[in-house]
Amino acid sequence: MSETAANIAIEQDLGPAVLDSHGAQLNLETPAERMAQQIRLAILEQSRRAHVGHIGSALSVADIIAVLYGGAMNLPSPDDHERDRLVLSKGHAALALFSALALVGWMPKEQLDTYCGDGSLLGVHPERDLSGIDFTTGSLGHGLSLGAGAALAARMQGSSRRVFVLMSDAECNEGSVWEAAMFAGHHRLGNLIAIIDLNGQQALGYTKDVVDLSPMHAHWQGFNWDVHEVDGHDISALAKTIDSLDTESGRPHMLIARTIFGKGVSYMQSLIKWHYMPMSEDQYAQAVAEVEAGS
Amino acid sequence: MRGSFIRTLVEIAREDPKVVLLTGDLGFTVVEPFAEEFPDRFYNVGVAEQNMVGLATGMAEAGYIPFVYSIVTFASLRTYEFVRNGPIAHQLPVRIVGIGGGFDYGTAGLTHYGLEDLGVMRIQPGITVVVPADQAQAAAALRSTYNLAGPVYYRIGKDDGRTLAGLDGSFRLGRTERVRAGKDLTLIAAGSMACDCAAAAEKLAELGIEAQVLVVSSLNPAPSKDLVEALTGVPVALTVEAHYVNGALGSLAAETIAENGLGCRLSRCGVTETPHGLVGGSAYMSGRFGLSADGVVQSALRALEEAAPAAR
Repeated sequence: MSETAANIAIEQDLGPAVLDSHGAQLNLETPAERMAQQIRLAILEQSRRAHVGHIGSALSVADIIAVLYGGAMNLPSPDDHERDRLVLSKGHAALALFSALALVGWMPKEQLDTYCGDGSLLGVHPERDLSGIDFTTGSLGHGLSLGAGAALAARMQGSSRRVFVLMSDAECNEGSVWEAAMFAGHHRLGNLIAIIDLNGQQALGYTKDVVDLSPMHAHWQGFNWDVHEVDGHDISALAKTIDSLDTESGRPHMLIARTIFGKGVSYMQSLIKWHYMPMSEDQYAQAVAEVEAGS
Repeated sequence: MRGSFIRTLVEIAREDPKVVLLTGDLGFTVVEPFAEEFPDRFYNVGVAEQNMVGLATGMAEAGYIPFVYSIVTFASLRTYEFVRNGPIAHQLPVRIVGIGGGFDYGTAGLTHYGLEDLGVMRIQPGITVVVPADQAQAAAALRSTYNLAGPVYYRIGKDDGRTLAGLDGSFRLGRTERVRAGKDLTLIAAGSMACDCAAAAEKLAELGIEAQVLVVSSLNPAPSKDLVEALTGVPVALTVEAHYVNGALGSLAAETIAENGLGCRLSRCGVTETPHGLVGGSAYMSGRFGLSADGVVQSALRALEEAAPAAR
């Protein structure tokens, strides 16, 4: 992993004050691992305060987001045109992204505390009006096209910046995903790195029962993508895989990240209802305890 | 008109390296001048209009001014949500070029008839909607809007031949252009229907009816002030558009009259039924739906007749 400003910010900002407010017992090894835990705690805290759902989806990508904002992406500042771009194509996991922005110092904690409040910039889905958000998302199937265009533009401009697109597996039901997949594969957009959060769930059921897209890797390979399968909760493996990618030349990259919906909170894991359900107070307390214990 | 549009785009691209052109595999014998002169700024993205707009949004975020090119229906309807959540939501300078409104693709059938684009685009506050009347105005409109900060939708007629006398390539955002004065009736034309309206006004004059002809080429921003001025004190107005009667120019005129308490009676000339199971040449199809000089005359006479009791 490269040592970026974001990485340094995490080292400096994830201090005892944040941890003390939750009474966390941290025994995690790396900044990205600590960041993932902090993202999960922020997801729980904000979801409880706002009494909203989409908790399981956000927890599912917490480790991926931690890797991206914990050093994998080149993020000198929100205003740096040459920064890497992120398209959160599964926009309903925005709370994980907002939490990361707060943790790297791009968003004041007070602003994170407005999540889903009246008059807030922070809704369930991210909007570009918020500093640090590159693209407004929330309509599934949109993000990969945006990312492919951003990657094509970077190449045309002779820039080394990369474009990350974080997608859901169910999102691949959308035909537009495959339009973008074809284009990126044909044009060998090597600076495009898509990550599918393969948690096997969607709003009303399990993906294998709704529209089974397994084996996912075969579809992307068929469209001339460089496909890697990785444990989406193995921070070290995620980081190493991203670090190993040739983004200067070659094909677009697809990381199929196998994840567990609701990861970190036992009673949410792999249960469909936590796509929408908010937590009760007791459930919140249990969730925090489990995340703090690093289970 | 599309040839004029592309020629002008080539000229602009020579001056502005930010301009790129994407096509959804359409534009045979039209887009080649751009593709040949700027091969690094031209992409045929394939038959994938949604992706084309998504790509353009990503490119615009990086600083480009991408033009996306397709037939009206595919450019506006297939892509609509991508336009809404892309260039409109992000306020990025993507240019959507829809070719061939109304029945321009006459024999191609319903799938190729552009009858809703202006309506669906107009209701979005965040996009400029331009519908030029002839090739000179298409060139002028492109020159004056290509560099706007937000998105633009252009409906560009397929017919390259016609020129609207008196317009002289004039285009102003948020304004109308009056090409003929008259006190009995106001004909308000959307884009390329202006030529038919001008011809209709000549025929009406032979019948002793003096018709004013207004050209609306900027639907968004709406030329509200000019419309109020033109419709004040005029007994009857007839909107004419190669479009369904609801949603676009006719609706804009109705809104303007109602919201300003004008006493003008409005009739709307446009398509009122789904034109399925019927094809023919562009002129034939347009004529079948009253979108010709003769059709406009008939609609105008009917409108005057219907308004007569109120006018007395």
